Amino acid sequence: MTTATESARLPAVRNRLTTGQLPKRSTLYTVIGGFILAAALQGLIGFNWFGLLVFTGVFYLIAIYSLSLMKENRRKALDRLVSGLVCTAFILALAPLVSTLWTVVSKGLGILSWEFISTSGGAAHIDPDTLELVSSSGALQAIVGTLQITGLATLFSVPIGLLTAIYLVEYAHPTFWLRRTVNFLVDVMTGIPSIVAGLFAFSLFTLLLGPKAFSGLSAAVALSVLMIPTVVRSCEEMLRLVPADLREASYALGVTKYVTITRIVIPTAIAGIATGITLAIARVIGETAPIFMAASFTDSFNANPLSGPMQTLPVMAYTGYKFPGQDIDLSNNQAWGAALLLVLLVVVLNLMARIIAMIFAPKTSR
Amino acid sequence: MKRKRDVSTSSAVVPARRVTARARPADRVFKFLSTSAAVSIMVILAGVALFLIIRALPAIGANWTTNPDLKTGVTGGFSGFWSYVGPLAFGTVWASVLALLMATPVAIGIALFISHYSPRKMANFLGYIIDLLAAVPSVVYGLWGIMVMRPFLLPLQEWLNAYLGWIPFFSGSVTSTGSSILTGAVVLAVMVLPIITSISREIFLQTPKLHEEAALALGSTRWEMIRLAVFPYGRSGVVSAILLGLGRALGETMAVAMIISPAIVVSFRLITEGENPQTIASNIALNFPIATGLQRDALIGTGLVLFVISLAVNMVARLIVNAKPRRKKVRDAGNPRGSDPGRGDGVSAADAEDDEMLSPLAAHRQERLGDDGYDGADGADGDVAAARTAVSAGFGAGLDKRAEGDQP
Amino acid sequence: MSKSVNVKDLDVYYGDFLAVHDVSIDIAPKSVTAFIGPSGCGKSTLLRTLNRMHEVIPGAHVKGQVLVDGDDLYGAGVDPVTVRRQIGMVFQRPNPFPTMSIKENVLAGVRLNNKRISRSAADDLVEKSLLAANLWNEVKDRLEKPGQGLSGGQQQRLCIARAIAVEPQVLLMDEPCSALDPISTLAVEDLINELKDSFTVVIVTHNMQQAARVSDKTAFFNIAGTGKPGKLIEYAETTTIFNNPMQKSTEDYVSGRFG
Repeated sequence: MTTATESARLPAVRNRLTTGQLPKRSTLYTVIGGFILAAALQGLIGFNWFGLLVFTGVFYLIAIYSLSLMKENRRKALDRLVSGLVCTAFILALAPLVSTLWTVVSKGLGILSWEFISTSGGAAHIDPDTLELVSSSGALQAIVGTLQITGLATLFSVPIGLLTAIYLVEYAHPTFWLRRTVNFLVDVMTGIPSIVAGLFAFSLFTLLLGPKAFSGLSAAVALSVLMIPTVVRSCEEMLRLVPADLREASYALGVTKYVTITRIVIPTAIAGIATGITLAIARVIGETAPIFMAASFTDSFNANPLSGPMQTLPVMAYTGYKFPGQDIDLSNNQAWGAALLLVLLVVVLNLMARIIAMIFAPKTSR
Repeated sequence: MKRKRDVSTSSAVVPARRVTARARPADRVFKFLSTSAAVSIMVILAGVALFLIIRALPAIGANWTTNPDLKTGVTGGFSGFWSYVGPLAFGTVWASVLALLMATPVAIGIALFISHYSPRKMANFLGYIIDLLAAVPSVVYGLWGIMVMRPFLLPLQEWLNAYLGWIPFFSGSVTSTGSSILTGAVVLAVMVLPIITSISREIFLQTPKLHEEAALALGSTRWEMIRLAVFPYGRSGVVSAILLGLGRALGETMAVAMIISPAIVVSFRLITEGENPQTIASNIALNFPIATGLQRDALIGTGLVLFVISLAVNMVARLIVNAKPRRKKVRDAGNPRGSDPGRGDGVSAADAEDDEMLSPLAAHRQERLGDDGYDGADGADGDVAAARTAVSAGFGAGLDKRAEGDQP
Repeated sequence: MSKSVNVKDLDVYYGDFLAVHDVSIDIAPKSVTAFIGPSGCGKSTLLRTLNRMHEVIPGAHVKGQVLVDGDDLYGAGVDPVTVRRQIGMVFQRPNPFPTMSIKENVLAGVRLNNKRISRSAADDLVEKSLLAANLWNEVKDRLEKPGQGLSGGQQQRLCIARAIAVEPQVLLMDEPCSALDPISTLAVEDLINELKDSFTVVIVTHNMQQAARVSDKTAFFNIAGTGKPGKLIEYAETTTIFNNPMQKSTEDYVSGRFG
């Protein structure tokens, strides 16, 4: 019994099934050991949080593999190594998420104020007290632009997307050429790069209206191209989840197809549909390139989506860095402020989607 | 009740005609509307291709060395459209491939962690965290890349150049700002990570429980079970997940435009100053505002090339995804009666179904389920129940919380 | 209220696949007729052709005639929606509409058909239908609660109430008890016996005792093998089918020797 000492250390009654294993807490001890080693190494070469994590991970993996190889067998050692790698991968993915959110919040919080939200930028005026030229730094024009453009895009995409989904699920015969074609084309549309959508809107509007065709409407068209396939797919998914039983029950009552769809199928699926649409909005609200192509950018307030450049939050975040004004620091700060607002919007939309899904989920007591 | 009397008081032949008179305009209008919505998808897509081609053709056909517009500015110095777009296409693919090389192993690790390692109750929440990674707008990643990743990776790049500079990838004059293609690719990797993860996770969760249990019953360790049961089942799904990730990386604009300081060159060096290949999308974003006349059309032409490339990648991905359900269908058709087995089958899909309510990225999977359901209707089985199986069983199982109890 | 059903030389197809071959059957008004037979023999399919519900599945079509009091359901220009308003159906699994309350479920057929109905008339109809479905006493205090909150047997009776609220002439039941426990089954069977007074009832069942208990006449269907069409083997008084069938295969089936 080579493992007698090992098992003797366990407080529980000896169990022959536990022989030949590393003790229960070995994972934890190895992690701590790895951490101490990593900290020591960091002491030698300079401290860095990320480095600490990486070295802890590396040391842990080496240690657990060799320990297990010695005490257990090659198969178990490999199993432990992979478990360690898989968990490391997850932590590794959390690092950028946490870092991004932290950076945005810490950089953006400084400029975020009521004034930032409620005034529009670029409107330089002379301060009556000091008689100096002050340019205000607000983001109102970008907030209004974002809401208008996204709202218009939703207005275009939801009817087309929902009706297409209804066609695919309720009307089309599965082997009918139109259904196959549309199904294929929705896939194609899902793959359109966002900047190509922007180029399309730009080309369309310049061909129709001449060279200076930047407008919020144009940007909304670009976003719709990106949004429609998402809406189609999520609505389609939700409609398919409605049991065929319910449709049959309705048909058997002599209810027409149109009424069955609008009064039975859609109400049953409405939670999922609303969730899908909200998530689709959250996805396009952060699009930068297509809006930049189609609506250009501006510092002045423009609430008319039919003509003239329009500012949006993502474009403000981009231009604030790439094309700063005279006051570079102010532009950069504005960029971060816009980024923070944008992230807040996206998070709120995501939360909304989840709340909708929870509240309206079909009630069953089964 | 009026109509009822109509039919009952008439003879056998006449009432049929009289009933036809009651057309249902609402029904027809609605069917017409939804069909035209479907047709409008075709129109929109045709419009996208058409308008891009109309704008791009003059620039593609022009002589770039003599044309007054094209021989200067952003398009200056190139002999023609193809020699302009060639390096850009290379840069696009190169940056995306680098990103995928970094993202894929991590993404598969995370997907496995969520599907097979984390406590089951946590799986949904962890999936949500990863989806949050996908929800962050790309411009925010761009800012983050500038602020955080550039300085963070700079020492690493200097170190690589100093000590591993003999490897061609790390050779050349090292970047002084950190705005190298390597930094860009790392940020791109973060952005495609959630896509690959969420699709792979869905696919791993679909592994038939029977296969897994069979492997475990043979005395496999968890890793061996994954290799024996999970990977073979999910291989094609993961491949297509990677390709869909590639599709996203190809079209990604902002992160690259903001981070990499580019040149229109073909170079495999990763960490240089001024030798970082430019991507199509980023090139358009950076140069579009300053381009004039035909130069814009040239940029639109490059956009068309990008469209074609990402279309090809997406198509291959879909083909792989859609080729797979055949196997599943055979299994379903083997069930003599559709309705009851649906329950058993539905169990493994139950969790995934719940997730899907929330995950737009899973769209492609639902399509597979849906297509199966319809194929079932055409099946030789002939029994009514078979036609409803996939759809209704999926719903029943999706809502049936007890199904969760069946998970080990 | 109640009508006869005459099926003449009916073939049912799914696409090119012939599911049911050459069935002729006469069902009297105000009677209960049971369809029995092994799985896949086409009895459910045939039942669904009686109110054209099979057309919900793409590619399904029939050859032959189904006459309801002499009117051909498949005559040129007949709208299936009109047919279904007169021939109600109850399904295997209870399927109350999840978005509706108990009351709304009962009224669904009337409301969804865009009929205007006064509040008092609606209340009367709900009470009448639920009474007829033997459910009134159990749910009268919670009419506004969701229909899916009921037990399986109650849900099935709610579905029956929903079907009879539109006052059909024929009521089709597709294995209405197969998802229910024995006590709920008994309640539904009692109900079927009462429904006979006002409706023509056709019921598909896997349970031969049930067929014997509730039906006046019984039709036995069989299938020669996988991929072959289902056929009507024998149709007679229930007592004859169970005690003294003409066909060997009927006797084998009802005596439990196969199927």
